[in-house]
Amino acid sequence: MSTLHMQGITKQFSGVPALQGVDFEVKAGEVHALLGANGAGKSTLMKILTGAYQADGGSISIDGTPVAIHTPQDAKALGIQCVYQEVDTALIPNLSVAENILMDQLVHKNASSLISWKRLFAESADILRSFGFAIPVHKKVEECTLSEKQLILIARATVQKAKYVIFDEPTAPLSNKESERLFEIIAQLKNAGVGIIYISHRLPEIFQLCDRITIMRDGQRVATTATADTNMDEVISHMLGKSFSEEFPKVDVPIGEKLLEARGIKGGKVRGADLTVREGEIVGVVGLVGAGKTELARLLFGADPAEAGEVRLKGSKLRLDSPRDAVEKGLVLVPEERRKEGIFVEESVKNNLSVAALSKWTGLGFVRQGLEAGHAKDLVQKLGVKTANIGQLVGFLSGGNQQKVAIGKWLGTDASIFLFDEPTKGVDIGAKSDIYRLIGKLATEKKGILYFSCEFPEVIGIADRILVMFEGKIVKELTRAEATQELIMYYASGGE
Amino acid sequence: MEANTKPFSLFDLVYKYGTVAVIAIVVLLFSIVNPYFFTYDNITDILRSISIVTFVAVGVTFSLIVGGFDLSVGSTVSLTTVVSASMMVWYEQGPLVTLAVPIVLSLIVGLVNAFLAVKIRIMDMLATLAMLYIVNGIHTTYSKGYSIYANMPMQDGTNAPGKFQDWFLWLGQGEILSVPVPVVLTFLLVALTHVYLTYTRQGRMLYMTGGNLEAARLSGIPVDRYRTLAYVLSALFAGLGGILLAARVGTGQVSAGGSMLMDAVAAAFVGFSVFGAGKPNVFGTFVGAILIGVLLNGMTMLNLPYYSYDIVKGIVLAVALAVTYYQVRRKRRA
Repeated sequence: MSTLHMQGITKQFSGVPALQGVDFEVKAGEVHALLGANGAGKSTLMKILTGAYQADGGSISIDGTPVAIHTPQDAKALGIQCVYQEVDTALIPNLSVAENILMDQLVHKNASSLISWKRLFAESADILRSFGFAIPVHKKVEECTLSEKQLILIARATVQKAKYVIFDEPTAPLSNKESERLFEIIAQLKNAGVGIIYISHRLPEIFQLCDRITIMRDGQRVATTATADTNMDEVISHMLGKSFSEEFPKVDVPIGEKLLEARGIKGGKVRGADLTVREGEIVGVVGLVGAGKTELARLLFGADPAEAGEVRLKGSKLRLDSPRDAVEKGLVLVPEERRKEGIFVEESVKNNLSVAALSKWTGLGFVRQGLEAGHAKDLVQKLGVKTANIGQLVGFLSGGNQQKVAIGKWLGTDASIFLFDEPTKGVDIGAKSDIYRLIGKLATEKKGILYFSCEFPEVIGIADRILVMFEGKIVKELTRAEATQELIMYYASGGE
Repeated sequence: MEANTKPFSLFDLVYKYGTVAVIAIVVLLFSIVNPYFFTYDNITDILRSISIVTFVAVGVTFSLIVGGFDLSVGSTVSLTTVVSASMMVWYEQGPLVTLAVPIVLSLIVGLVNAFLAVKIRIMDMLATLAMLYIVNGIHTTYSKGYSIYANMPMQDGTNAPGKFQDWFLWLGQGEILSVPVPVVLTFLLVALTHVYLTYTRQGRMLYMTGGNLEAARLSGIPVDRYRTLAYVLSALFAGLGGILLAARVGTGQVSAGGSMLMDAVAAAFVGFSVFGAGKPNVFGTFVGAILIGVLLNGMTMLNLPYYSYDIVKGIVLAVALAVTYYQVRRKRRA
């Protein structure tokens, strides 16, 4: 029986260890789940296996014979295929379904220079039929639904004599029925002797589907067990490790009047969310990557148009399609994609800090430079932004300082509700605690705060109340007192 | 990564002062070759020759500031040249109508550009390319392909009733304290738009909108309104340029604005780097226009064939773009 073996794999990114001697194996004819919280190192390990990254140390062997995987082509030649989560990066949208399925054959070195369209369409139709997928092969991929794209990728990965297939969150875009169909396909592949690595955040389906489970945490393997010998609670505690407590400067603030009330928010991934925020209250919204947190934040702010729902701020209704309206009424967003959506990298610190409330320092249409500069200097000091001067371009600042500027932008406005979307992402430890302190301070000023994050310890440390999201819905509300990482993970991965 | 500890870089120096240095060197060279070059008469001549291009280039600068691009400015120049001339020559109108009609027309062109690029969201380059053809077609259809001049023969066999009026010709040919009027108007335009863009809130918002459209939208800036404003101003300045052109030449030349687009775009891109601004700016655009004017004037003096000018203009644009994009890449890496 064929076995793929990864041994002692290490990998560093600019000095930071991402993988520290990880062992992992998958046998032909088994479904092996790879689990871990965000940042545990699953993706890095799989990218090494598929040749996207090079390992710094360790070895990979198939049936005891060492193999070298330096490029994605090497991996494919060994029969290692991956069905990526980001389907759109792996497909060419303006080509037909058939061309995408048979892409590897089309671009293969020995491929004929002429394309037989008739054969191409016939072959790809056969492949789809053998899986029981009903997708017209002439259709352009850009016209396909997300789940169809997923199925195309699966067809493509498995058509080429794959011996090992990695499924990275394959059910995320699929409906329940489609998921069931996928599980059947995985079972077929398994019976045909294919080794399957299955990555998912959804624990119930892992227990339904997988033979073995390997759990990673902080770049290390913590456990490999047969699925039958374990249960969800044990898996969760492995994923989280010892509950560690970080110091959060949480200030107790009396909770005041209701500020924000959202009802039935729907749009994109978000399938109906209700929530309220009161004065001085920090409400954490947690969920795994892809649960719909960012989408919810953007819908509340009006950055993306909502399909349905109503948001009231101090009783007055927001338009829900206009960030401008939200800002004017006092609801502001510190977005996750800081460089793309939050700051102006080619503008100065001063211009960034005044952009949202410039009319405050404007007289007869002219910017009152002295007042504006004074405000910027105050904020730089208050926020502890490390910059040479307020004329410095924000693009030259570090991630943490850029984030402080992205937050500082709103402090000149009279906003009463602040939405923070993963505010500590890509931020160093020092700046992190500055940001927590700042958020705490906003709460003491009777602001209401919605804190969106997939870092559970962070949210437990800072929030008064925690809303857990799963598949676009708020599935559970926890108080600060009752919230534990285990409990959050349980609900965030679909537990009931 | 503090600004004052950055290592000395030759590129930065060239980037900041290169354009000005090139102008100085070119002026010096031409002055040596032809002593007439560096005289008051010739310098005002150069400034007068670039005054119309500067109007158009300032318009292009506005579209660049909001991250857009307006290719239709040349056609707008042609349109207002012909229309303002026809108001006097064909319809014997006074100052009000002669100026108001072409200005309103150029505002409409700007609004249509904005509608296509901002509302319908056609890529600005393509939207304004379409408008380039539409406006060009309108102006040749309107003038039936003929230039408009006093006493021109009309289709019914009579001669046109009106003529170019003195007040109008003064705009293009007059002098105030021995400075040509178009030069005075150009200085006024550059000074006013510079102040507007640098010191007013609206100016700042235009730059923020162009700097990061999504961040600007999510900061509550009405980005669609500012982009519309930029296209309208772009067309307006091109339209004013067209009126000045008619006043300077004394006829409504058909397709006169065609060559303006290229010159204006080149001037605006040369302007990116002037004194290291790194973004579109009116003062830089003016310097860029001067560079092009000096080069053309010098080449005329050297009796180079007229046809070769486009080669020089094209090279100036290519070099300006190369420098701008190289700088953008360097910044990204930093």
